[in-house]
Amino acid sequence: MSDARLLDMPAAALRDAIAANEAPASEPVRASFRRAAAVRAGEDGLNIVLHADEAASLRDADALPKRLSPGVGTTAERASDLALVGVPLAVKDNIATLTLPTSCASHILEGYVSPYEATAISRLRAAGAVVVCKTNMDEFAMGSSTENSAFGPTLNPLDPTRVPGGSSGGSAAAVAAGLTRIALGSETGGSVRQPAAFCGIVGVKPTYGRVSRYGLVAFASSLDQIGVFGRSVDDAALAMEVIAGRDPLDATSADLPVPRYRDAARADGGAADAPRDAAALATPLHTATREKPLNGLVVGRPKEYFPPSLDPRIAALCDRALDRFRALGAEVRDVSLPHTDLAIPVYYIVAPAEASSNLARFDGVRYGLRVEGEGLRAMYEATRSRGFGKEVTRRILLGTYVLSAGYYDAYYKKAQQVRALIADDFSSVFAAGVHVLFTPTTPTTAFPLGAKSDPYEMYLSDIFTATANLAGVPAMSQPIGAVDGLPVGGQLLAPHFREFDMFRAAYALERALGAEATA
Amino acid sequence: MAVTEQDVRHIAGLARLGVADERLPSLVGELNHILEHMAVLEKVDTKSVDATVGVGSLAMPLREDAGPQLPLARSRDAFAPAVRDGFLLVPRLATHTALGASSVDDEDSGTEDLE
Repeated sequence: MSDARLLDMPAAALRDAIAANEAPASEPVRASFRRAAAVRAGEDGLNIVLHADEAASLRDADALPKRLSPGVGTTAERASDLALVGVPLAVKDNIATLTLPTSCASHILEGYVSPYEATAISRLRAAGAVVVCKTNMDEFAMGSSTENSAFGPTLNPLDPTRVPGGSSGGSAAAVAAGLTRIALGSETGGSVRQPAAFCGIVGVKPTYGRVSRYGLVAFASSLDQIGVFGRSVDDAALAMEVIAGRDPLDATSADLPVPRYRDAARADGGAADAPRDAAALATPLHTATREKPLNGLVVGRPKEYFPPSLDPRIAALCDRALDRFRALGAEVRDVSLPHTDLAIPVYYIVAPAEASSNLARFDGVRYGLRVEGEGLRAMYEATRSRGFGKEVTRRILLGTYVLSAGYYDAYYKKAQQVRALIADDFSSVFAAGVHVLFTPTTPTTAFPLGAKSDPYEMYLSDIFTATANLAGVPAMSQPIGAVDGLPVGGQLLAPHFREFDMFRAAYALERALGAEATA
Repeated sequence: MAVTEQDVRHIAGLARLGVADERLPSLVGELNHILEHMAVLEKVDTKSVDATVGVGSLAMPLREDAGPQLPLARSRDAFAPAVRDGFLLVPRLATHTALGASSVDDEDSGTEDLE
């Protein structure tokens, strides 16, 4: 089988091909490394890959079962049993892996190899996925362009003069460049959805608590979630089925059943024959038909995400997607989330405050870099000032400031209160009968490298995505067209743990747009 | 509530970050510029709103303060720089407190010699 065939077929189809012995499990892994070399994914090129070990990846692939049990083929069986056998996987460098370093793209963790593995990685490996690389990112996931990496920026594979978005830009670029069909990223304010939009792929941020964070290096603990990238909605849904669900090693992971997200693709609306407790996390669409798979689904269009300043070409692509939703049987309803414009000020108080606490552990004693100084305190300060880059330093200072005596009430407490109002906006809209919301993912397409030198201007890249993290709701981005040859992402958001409804709308829209999604 | 150079020095100290003097003016400018945008929050009426630390009761369950040992894929010797008699060896912290310790550094000067 050719490299193009192995790497460009959907993850589920690749898994089936390997299960049917059409290719050995090591072949897609070899193909992924050949593709990485061909597109120059290393530091001398697109700078997507921070760490990779082809021999170790091939050993993992060779250790997979040679023959899969017959009868493995239904969605449920795939979800539990080698659903991803032989599928190459790219992993953001803030998720702990055993065979490759976990540096968070920071000098302070340069060379650090974790003694344990993230639960999401364990589950994907148990399903047969093979980790082929750790990907570049904004240092400690702080950024929206992957320009803040201590190891240099990642370039957008679709246009190397532009950023891939961030902070999970390396993982998004790995999928866009065809190294893998599936990648892991992490989200704190949009770090999966925004790069997915910039790279023309699918990116999912699950509900807060849906996916275990054991092994994810903490940035802002009330916001962080591991998310997935897929070349298609199905790739992302497949990976989500594998990683979602309760993990005793993460007390914040929810003890709720995981619906079969891939059933959301079915023309009858799916979920009907799922176990009752899992089906309760999907809205029944009793009137769905093959032609009108979204009959009964209410799609909200929040006006605050379509301001007069929005690029009219992006607005037009969103309108086209909303027309498709109508044609698929959905009702599109105008709604309002009145506190949306406060999300960025709230986010850039809450996230740095939590980061200033979480990053206190990098002190030169326990991990990675140590720079000696005259006395313990001088050693801390020398290590941290040498080890952290500019943006991380800025955010630690900002976070320490808003938590410090005299400013706590004015900034941090106030931000927490306004955060509650933002969450209430979503609750009210969903309580009024809206099943999913649809918005643009980002206000612009991928911008040129170096275009945003003002930190606050960069922060505004997250203007349509940070709300979901603050409210804890699931959200995803998928390609809905292009402006000047650059991809535009459309965002779906759903109530807590209702990823199934989000996937149902996403599958139907992807099918309805067809080739228009990338044109 | 404009941030001054003295404020930046103070919070850098709290955060154990060494900030060079020549970097101070630009940091003051950047932080003030960012904080200007936070001023919009002052105008929001939050008298009847409780501060939230998270996103719903589901997400913050407490667990028993017990459980299995967290699994390590490698023995401690394999990732610690030095181990003796089953203990991790760390730098002799007492030597670090000899210089520059002040009364605010109680937690530092109280550190025991662990080696």
